This record gives sequence, structure tokens and C-alpha cells, in this order.
Amino acid sequence: MMTYLVRRMLYALPLLVGVNILTFMLFFVVNTPEDMARMHLGQKHVTPEAIQQWTHERGYDQPLFFNGGEAGSKVLTETVFYQKSVGLFLFRFGRSDAGRDIKADIRQRMWPSLAIAVPSLVIGLLVNISAALLLIFFRLTWMEFWGSALCVALMSVSSLFYIIGGQYLLGRLWQLAPISGYADGMEAFRFLLLPVLLSVVAGIGSGARWYRALFLEEVERDYVRTARAKGLSEAAALFRHVLRNAMIPILTGVVVILPLLFIGSLITESFFAIPGLGSYTIDAIGQQDFAVVRAMVFLGSVLYILGLLLTDISYTLVDPRVRLE
Amino acid sequence: MIRYLQAIVSRAVLLSLLLAVTGCGDRPNDPYPENESAQRTLYSGFAERPKHLDPARAYSADEYQIIAQIYEPLFQYAYLKRPYQLEPLTAAGMPDIIYRDRQGRVLPDNAAEADIATTDYVLTIRPGILYQPHPALAKDGSGAFLYHHLDENRQGDLAGLADFPVHGTRELKAEDYLYQIKRLVHPALHSPVAELMKEHIVGLKTLAEQLERSYAQQGKGFLDLRAYPLEGVEVLGDYQFRIRLAGKYPQFRFWLAMPFFAPMPWEADVFYAQPLLLARNISLDWFPLGTGPYQLTENNPNRRMVLERNPHHHEEFYPSEGEPGDEARGYLRDQGTRLPIIDRVVMSLEKETIPYWNKFLQGYYDFSGLASDNFDQAVQFSGQGSAELTPEMQARGIQLETAVATSLFYLGFNMQDPVVGGLDEAHCRLRQAISIAIDYEEFISIFMNGRGVAAQGILPPGIFGYQEGEAGINRYVYDWQAGRLRRKSIEEARQLMRAAGYPDGVDQQTGQPLVLYLDTTARGPDDKSLLNWYRKQFARLGIQLVIRATDYNQFQQKMSNGNAQIYQWGWNADYPDPENFFFLLYGPNAKKTHGGENASNYVSPEFDHWFEAMRNMDDGPSRIAIIERLQSMIRHDAPWVFGFHPRHFTLHHQWYQNIKPNLMANNELKYQRIDAGLRASLQKRWNQPHYLPVLLLFLLALGIVMAGVYAYRRRLEATAL
Repeated sequence: MMTYLVRRMLYALPLLVGVNILTFMLFFVVNTPEDMARMHLGQKHVTPEAIQQWTHERGYDQPLFFNGGEAGSKVLTETVFYQKSVGLFLFRFGRSDAGRDIKADIRQRMWPSLAIAVPSLVIGLLVNISAALLLIFFRLTWMEFWGSALCVALMSVSSLFYIIGGQYLLGRLWQLAPISGYADGMEAFRFLLLPVLLSVVAGIGSGARWYRALFLEEVERDYVRTARAKGLSEAAALFRHVLRNAMIPILTGVVVILPLLFIGSLITESFFAIPGLGSYTIDAIGQQDFAVVRAMVFLGSVLYILGLLLTDISYTLVDPRVRLE
Repeated sequence: MIRYLQAIVSRAVLLSLLLAVTGCGDRPNDPYPENESAQRTLYSGFAERPKHLDPARAYSADEYQIIAQIYEPLFQYAYLKRPYQLEPLTAAGMPDIIYRDRQGRVLPDNAAEADIATTDYVLTIRPGILYQPHPALAKDGSGAFLYHHLDENRQGDLAGLADFPVHGTRELKAEDYLYQIKRLVHPALHSPVAELMKEHIVGLKTLAEQLERSYAQQGKGFLDLRAYPLEGVEVLGDYQFRIRLAGKYPQFRFWLAMPFFAPMPWEADVFYAQPLLLARNISLDWFPLGTGPYQLTENNPNRRMVLERNPHHHEEFYPSEGEPGDEARGYLRDQGTRLPIIDRVVMSLEKETIPYWNKFLQGYYDFSGLASDNFDQAVQFSGQGSAELTPEMQARGIQLETAVATSLFYLGFNMQDPVVGGLDEAHCRLRQAISIAIDYEEFISIFMNGRGVAAQGILPPGIFGYQEGEAGINRYVYDWQAGRLRRKSIEEARQLMRAAGYPDGVDQQTGQPLVLYLDTTARGPDDKSLLNWYRKQFARLGIQLVIRATDYNQFQQKMSNGNAQIYQWGWNADYPDPENFFFLLYGPNAKKTHGGENASNYVSPEFDHWFEAMRNMDDGPSRIAIIERLQSMIRHDAPWVFGFHPRHFTLHHQWYQNIKPNLMANNELKYQRIDAGLRASLQKRWNQPHYLPVLLLFLLALGIVMAGVYAYRRRLEATAL
């Protein structure tokens, strides 16, 4: 298994380099270093000299990928790409173009994101699987029909509607929870209640239908029929056999996103004023802060690869037949 | 399965209990700690974190909203008086201004501008002003600074200034102003006014070059600016210093009222230059150090910022003079009260307007702007066209303040363009026709909910030289009829088009329809209707308008290269002087040739001559006469279609008092009052929790579960046949 993991990590390196090249290309196709300088220096009284100085100080006055003015290895190393990428692979994110330490920012903002994302995922998973199992249990009855119809209705509604409607209903009309905000420690609970609740409710429709589809594939298999024939109750058949055998596709969907949880959710965090990482990258794109953009894209890629790796490992835990070699 | 269903029921019960727990307090929807609202705390929000809080760098309104409460320049705008006028803040009086000739001899106050080689501003500050408590100023018993040499291993987990156990202070000295002026040209700070000030303050350019060399040699870290002399600024004592300017520049007094010229103790730069603090994002750009009424005690720009009363703030009292009518409006109720009145200001990050608005209506924010989403809910227009609050807002005691901004949004022509540019009569008529055709009254009504005033020239209301009524109208676009403005008819515009050589929008020479290009950064889906409206306005003259939508960077590039034909832009006053608007059309400021702010590249020798005569003149009738001459020139030449001055609408609750819009002052927080008792009682009345709907929902859920249990049992008991 160790060999497999090492091999996967080595495979990841060219992938990360590729992602980094793409990030550089896309960012600098849209923005020039002068644009970035203008954005950071403001709109009034900005002189060409000030722009030149800004780009020089941050090393953006070098060629992007290839420095024809240099000799030897410097043609590659004296470039924006090399200078700005080497640190990333050592997880040295450096300072944002606005002057803030990126690692410190990430450390500070990841906890509120996790505080909302983890309970939303766990409770959502429990509720969705429960709802799906209920639909399966009552399959071919009116309860399944109306349950499925309700799921379709729930998934047809925009998540923004749940947020705005939920804030209005629970926060404004019934005055039961703060509309938005955040606090540290246990105080955070009352601020997280509404976003977590709405996030769970908003996910029931699609989640329950997805898990129902997974369970439906299993429920008519021979081993389930055999279990029933042995006299097992329907509930026992569902829990002991169907649920366990559907774990591989469930894990595929869930484990891969675990590392990405701390990156947060843009819309939820914006509407509930949760000080997480959700808007960090988007704000940086808006402010043309390339240092933050490349750090976050790199981190996102690393975490996604990590998620895939964790998924593979989790297969070995739920299915003894799977071996990583 | 039963056990499973039981588990679901128990979870539902648990959830209900949790809801009940949150409802145990007086107001479960209160986003603030219990009983905090009963204190004199102002609650507001911000949508975007400010970029900079360093007074040498900050320049935008959202940044000034915070640092103007912390840093104190020498002068401030009188809060209640209109027109806007300066008064001393940390200064002991207004500056002594001394003109000198090339030989350094003192000239009389009425000396001709050509004779004035330098101007001295002799400034005296009040003794006894102290800085806010700050670790950078903390000393031990022997007088050594406690935190200027921090040891990484000994500092533990530093997150902010509150983690330093000792905070010190010291008296404000004249040398602190000198230090800050030097900071304006610190190579690492990129102050937006550095280039401008280099032109005016004697020796600043030389200092900038010296600092650049030294900084390049030294590398990053603390650059001790005290070691570098600045020719044009001399400290004459602990409380007095002199700034020497090249030539005459009367607008400098306004700059002295901006945070760029707020004092900075050198200790702050030493303290914040330590790598240990930089790695924790503790910098002067985020944790200011000033003498103002408030200090920033919490700064998490991703969550909230908290200003608290500076315990060392010097004596300052609520003004006793204002405009006529201020007393009747209650603005003088607090005269003589020690400032600041509010103890604490909590600014929370609120990115979206809907939650902000809902929280404002609940009483959890003390004031709110008006987004288009909630405009109709809050404001209605009377038969006379004046804005009034809706009955719902009036019932809550909400109050509306409006003020016309000292800003101008305009549609500019590139005067270097062969089709729309040029100062010959035909081109002027073309631009005048377009100025008539674009109906900004309609624009304000459709796109701004009536929140704006159609501009009659380059100067907004509140700026010296602005003329009200008939005297101030743009006669090329408007007529004055029955005491009211009336835009000229489209037929008159068509006549001008014919005179310009474009009858019905067709070029007489080529026989081709006239096609013009508008460069704009408006390209979102919401802007579609706006751009269609512009097309429609031009089409009234038979002109085909092609929209060239670009992002702001490309737009800037086009403007710099002079590639745009028609463009949309705006300007917000730095200070209430007409020079700050007319310079936007001054030839030597042309963007294409000089990289200046004259984006239309308008070059008129006559305009430039009169602008040069006006810009350094003292206010008075002769200056007004020149301003009128300049206005008539640009109304005739029409390098811009003078668009509109926005009108700001702000709503505030009845407990938030002393709110008089002052578009020049940024430090108005210290004058404002919160009636915390009234707020607490109204918040309580408005936010009574309603548990019944939750109970009903719970019962519904329980009913569904019971139905499921029943169905399950029936299913188990059912026979196969």
C-alpha cells in the first residue's frame, strides 16, 4: 500500500505543475501586471512610475515563462512563473500582493468554514441516507411516490431561495435565530444553527434521490433476496446488507470532498456573514491579488488529490476485496 | 426499523430542544452578546474589507470611514457649518501663510502669483495631545521600549495588540508630522499622493530618490526616516513646524485636513517592521496608531472591526454653531458636550444587502443605505416629487437623510477623436446635440430611483462657485421656464445635428449613418437595460451607438492610450474647491499625452489660461467670475455630457442622533449620539420570538413519522396475497 501511495504522490507532482501553469496562463491572459498594480494602487493620482515600481518590487516585471535576456538555467528561473511557483511546492505561500501573510489568513479563516461545513455534511449525510432508506423501504407505495415528488420539488428550488427564505422566516418573521453573524467558541452555535439547518434542508432533495438511486441498484440483487428468504426483516436487509454494499459509491462522493470542506462555501458564508475561506479566492480574483489566487488554486488541487487518495484508502476499509498495490 | 424511526424522532426532539435553547434568551435573534445593545455602542456593517488603514496609503471612502476616527490631521471640516469650512483639530489655529520671492523675501498677502517663489505654512499644534495606548509606545522602568525587539521564542501566540500586556503613550510632537510627510514617499508604501506632493513640497522629490536608493541597498525592514532630512519641512520646536511649498498652492490647506497629513510616531514603524509581527499580519496597515477619539481594538476584516473610545483623547467639545435652522432640527442639542459621545463602534462584515436590511429593520443595525431591492419598501415620492418615507418606515420611527454628493458622473468625449473631438463649431454642435438628447432626468428616474440631480456644469452643489437656479444652468442644454429647468427639445438637438453636418444622423459628406462607440465597464446582465437606454438616446438623433464593454483594466488601458471615443466616468471631490474639478479638463493633465486625469484630452489654451488664473486665487467675487467663464467655455465646447450628481439616501433609527450629512468630513462619528435605552426597549418590542410555527412544524413532522410507523407496521403485518 505504501508503494501505491508514494506512486500516487509522485503522479501528483506533474499534475500540480500543470495546474500551476494553467493558473498562470489564465490569470495573465486576463490581467497584465500593470493592471494588477493599478488595482492595488487605487484610481486617483496613479502615475506610470508608481506602477513600474509596484511591479518591480513584486517581481512582476520579469517575463512570464521564458527569460530570453538571461543565459543558462536563468532563462527559466528568472521568470515570474519560477519565482512564484517554487515556494508553493514547499507550502510557502508568502504574502499577498496587498501585503498580508497568506498562511496566517488561511489559518484564521479555515475554522469558521469548518464549523459550518462539517455539521452540514454530517447531518446532511445522515438525513439524506435516512430519507433515501425510507423511500426504498416504502418503495412502490404512495409514500415513495409523494416522497420522490417532494424530493424533486425540493431540488428544483434554488439554494439562494432557501437562504433568503430561511433568513426571512426563521430570523425576521419568527425571530428565532440571528439572521447573520458569527461568534467564537460555544456562542458560534446559535449563529450556525440557521445556516446548517438550511444547508441540510436545501440538500435533502438531491441527496435523498441520489442515495435512493444507489440503494435501488442494490435492493433487487440476489443477496438481498436471499437475505429476505432467510427470514430477515426488511429493515435488517436494508441496514445490514443494502447500506453496507452501497458504501463504495457513497464513499466516492463523500470522502473526496472531506479535505475541501475547509475551503468553505461562497454563498452561504456571504449571506450569513461567516468569516470563512469561502470568499477568499473570489475576493482575490476581484482584487487581482495573484499571490492569493495561485496559493488557493494550488491548495485546492493538493486537497483534491488528497481527497482522491483518501477515497482509495477508504475503499480498502469498507470492501475487503479491494487492495491497493 | 422501529428503532431507526425512534432514532429519527429523538433527533427531531433534540433539534426542537436546541431551537428552544436558543430561544431561552430574551431575544434569540439578537446577533450581539446579551445586554450589549443597552450600551452606547453604534452598530454598522461593511461589505468589503478596507484595503489599507495606513494613513499614507488609504484613500477610499470605506478606508476613511475607519481611519478618520483614529488619526487626526491638523485641520478638520466644521461638522455643522455650510459651506464647508476648515477649523483647527490638533492645530492651535489656522496656519500662518507666508509668501516669499526667489530671494526669500517676505511678500504681502496680495502678491501676484508670478512673484511668489515659495509659500511657507507655519503650523502650531496644541500641547498635551496624547497618542492612544499602544505597545509600540510602551517602555520599561528604565525608559527602554518594551516591544521594539521581540523575540520569536518568548512571544507565544500573538494574534493582535491586545496580547501585549503593557500599552504606553506619549505626547504628540511636531516631528511626528514631519515623519509622516516623509512616509508619503517611502518606497514601500506607494502613497497615492506621493507624486502630487513631490510637485508641491520643496525637497520631497529629492528625499524620495534618496529613500529609494537606501531602501534598495538595505532591503526590506525598518528604514529610519529620521536620518533623512527634508528640505521643505522644518521643525521649529516641539509644537511648531513649517512646510515650504513651491509657488502658491492654496488648496494645500485642504490636504492638511486629510489623513495623509496625520501625525505618525516613528516608534510605530520600528515596532511594526518586526518580522514576527508581519508573519501574523500585525502591521500598521491593519492596526493604526493615532491621537483621534477612537482606537481600533479589534480588526478582523473578515468578520468585524471594533472602535473603542481612546482614553487619552484630548479635550474636544460638540460645536455650538451651525447653519440657520440647525437648532430647530436638534443638531445643537449636544453643544458643549465632551466628544466623542458614542463609546464603541462595532462594524460587522455584511456582504449581502438583504440580511443587512432585515437586521436594520429588526433594530440590530443603527443605519442603512438604500439598495434598489428595498427602495420601494422604504421610500415613496410625493406629488411634488420629494422623497418621503413609507408609512411602514414612519411607524418604526425611521428617519431619512438625503444629501447631494460632491461627485459628478459624466459621459466624456475623447477630444482627440476625429469624429467627436475637436474645438471647431461643427464638432461642438455635435456634442451639444448629444448633450441635449441624453435625457439624464429620465436616467435618474429609471436607474437611480430618483436619487440624483442632473448636472448643469462641472461643479457639484457644495463646491465654491456652484450656482443655484437660473444663474447656474447650462444654456446649451436647458432653458429656464416658469422658474424651472426644462431640457431643450429633441428638435433643437436635431437642428444642431444638421448644423454639425449630420442631418438625421447621416454624414453629409459620405452619406453614411453616423456610428459612435461608447466604451464602458458596464457589462453585467443588469447593465443591459442601461446600455439599451443609451442606444435609444443616441438613436433619437439618428446616431447608431455601438457599445464596447470592457473590464476596468482594459478600459483604463484604452483611456491611457486615448483609444476610446465616448466613455463613462466620474469624479469625487477630494476637497471643496473648484480647482479639484476644473483640473480634470486642464490641458497639461491630458491623459494620453501626460498621463494625467484629463481623460477627455481636452486642450483649450483659453481654458488653460483662465484655469491657471483661477486655481490659486483666494475665494471671492473675482474668482467666481472666472469660474463662470470656465463653466461657459466647457458648456459650449461640451467635452463632457455633464451627467448627474448622485443623491445619497441614508436611513437611521430614531435613537441614532446628530446625523447631519457632511460630505467632506469623515470624522463625524465623534459627534453622533446613540440613545441606548430607547434602542434596547424598541429592539425588545420588535423582536419577540414566535415559537408556535416551530411547534406546528414539529407536530407536522411528528405526524409524518407516525404515519410512516403506521405504514411500516401495516406492511409487516400484510400477507403476501
